[in-house]
Amino acid sequence: MRFPRGLVVPLLALAAAEAAMRLSGLESDSIAPPSAIARAFATALADGTLLQATGETLGAAAAGLGLGGGAGLLLAIALGLSPALARLMRVPVDAFRPIPSVALIPIALLAWGFGFPMEIAIVSFACFWPMLIIGQAAIAGIEPRLLEVARVLRLSLPARIGKIVLPAALPRLFVAFRLATAVSLIVAVTVEITTNPLGLGYGLMQAQQALEPDRMFAFLLWLGLVGWGLNALLLLAQRRLFGRAGWVAEEVR
Amino acid sequence: MRPQAPPLIGFEGVSLSLGGRLILDDIRLSIARQEFLCVVGSSGCGKTTLLRLAAGLLRPDTGQVTYAGNAVTGPAREVAVVFQDYGRALLPWRSAAGNVSLALEAAGVPRAERGPRIAALLERVGLAHAADRYPAQLSGGMQQRLQIARCLAQEPSVLLMDEPFGALDAMTRQSLQDEILRLVEASGNTVLFVTHDLEEAIYLGDRVVAMRPNPGRIAEVFDIPLPRPRHQLATREDPEFLRLRRALFDFIQEEER
Repeated sequence: MRFPRGLVVPLLALAAAEAAMRLSGLESDSIAPPSAIARAFATALADGTLLQATGETLGAAAAGLGLGGGAGLLLAIALGLSPALARLMRVPVDAFRPIPSVALIPIALLAWGFGFPMEIAIVSFACFWPMLIIGQAAIAGIEPRLLEVARVLRLSLPARIGKIVLPAALPRLFVAFRLATAVSLIVAVTVEITTNPLGLGYGLMQAQQALEPDRMFAFLLWLGLVGWGLNALLLLAQRRLFGRAGWVAEEVR
Repeated sequence: MRPQAPPLIGFEGVSLSLGGRLILDDIRLSIARQEFLCVVGSSGCGKTTLLRLAAGLLRPDTGQVTYAGNAVTGPAREVAVVFQDYGRALLPWRSAAGNVSLALEAAGVPRAERGPRIAALLERVGLAHAADRYPAQLSGGMQQRLQIARCLAQEPSVLLMDEPFGALDAMTRQSLQDEILRLVEASGNTVLFVTHDLEEAIYLGDRVVAMRPNPGRIAEVFDIPLPRPRHQLATREDPEFLRLRRALFDFIQEEER
């Protein structure tokens, strides 16, 4: 097997960091040598704190993605199929969309207190918009002739959506879903770092406040890995599930 | 053609404006049951709009379009539309069999009955060997055959065909012309066939309607008394065919002047 060339630079950088820390004999509250980070990572993994925190963060992110993304998709279908409805909703959408989701933390905190519900509510709000905006464009961009075929065949509304609209828009809807997934993780961790005593974001803050940079970096690297893994999984799913539809969509473009 | 029979499709003083422009003005036309009616005219004369009105995809501003005596208010299952741009009218994510299946699903045919009916329909249009292929893997002629199969799956009384062979090469076009005549003969369909090819109109039709643009009006109706079944060589060499071709050609030329 050939050595993957993409790993050369990261491995060299790690070795250099380790060497620099050891040779300089630096004692720091903000950075740690890679070996210490690896040890802290192993400890957090062994005592279960890392996995529990991961479960909490991913659970909140997934719940928010399902609720907010699902609502966004439903509205996207309605607005994408009805230009009249889209015109009607333009002002409300443009008014609410620019609100940064994290600005809702104080309100959500008042409404639900600490815990999962407030975090899920904020993630939902954040995931709603990419699904709505990209989804609406995807559905409005469907080949009009296909919708005419649906009319001529007199397909019922559910059949039209299930057999024509969703398959035709699926490749682009999946792009929206991938974006919303990334947003869900970012927002969940942000809420945890600023407010909510849960999950990976809170673990990161705890380590920082306890002046344990090795543990802090272990959480950070793990977060990066989780995000990368999620995206890789979704890309794989995209290729596997919608190979043909995706291929056709790209062919058309 | 039996002129005494009540018309299956009627245009009764139909006018339509789109985007503030008068597209069709006071169209009066009857299509008899089992008639093959061709519509010709220069581009922009409203012949596609005429077909879309018959399909129920558009509603007239004044007058009415009737089907079997009733006003047309929307698309109907017994009226099938063959679009010119077959590449866009087929579902690219479904195989040939899947595309035919769509019409059966729309009509509520139970799953168990679909398989044999799809096979029979593909057989009728000569695509039995291509059931598992996707539209992108089919030639233009095969794609148009597939769209025709999907329309036949509706078991329609009427076929509305909008320049269906306009984008095909001459050889494919001729064989599809004969196939559609054979299919229509076998099933007794009524056909409204829009084309810009005068010879195609004469070859296929019982009558040819010539339209005039700005706004779209019916200028002249030609009866085509050529014997059936028609034959690509014999029919096209028939003195009557040549006479009609000249008459229609002169007429269109005069219109364009």
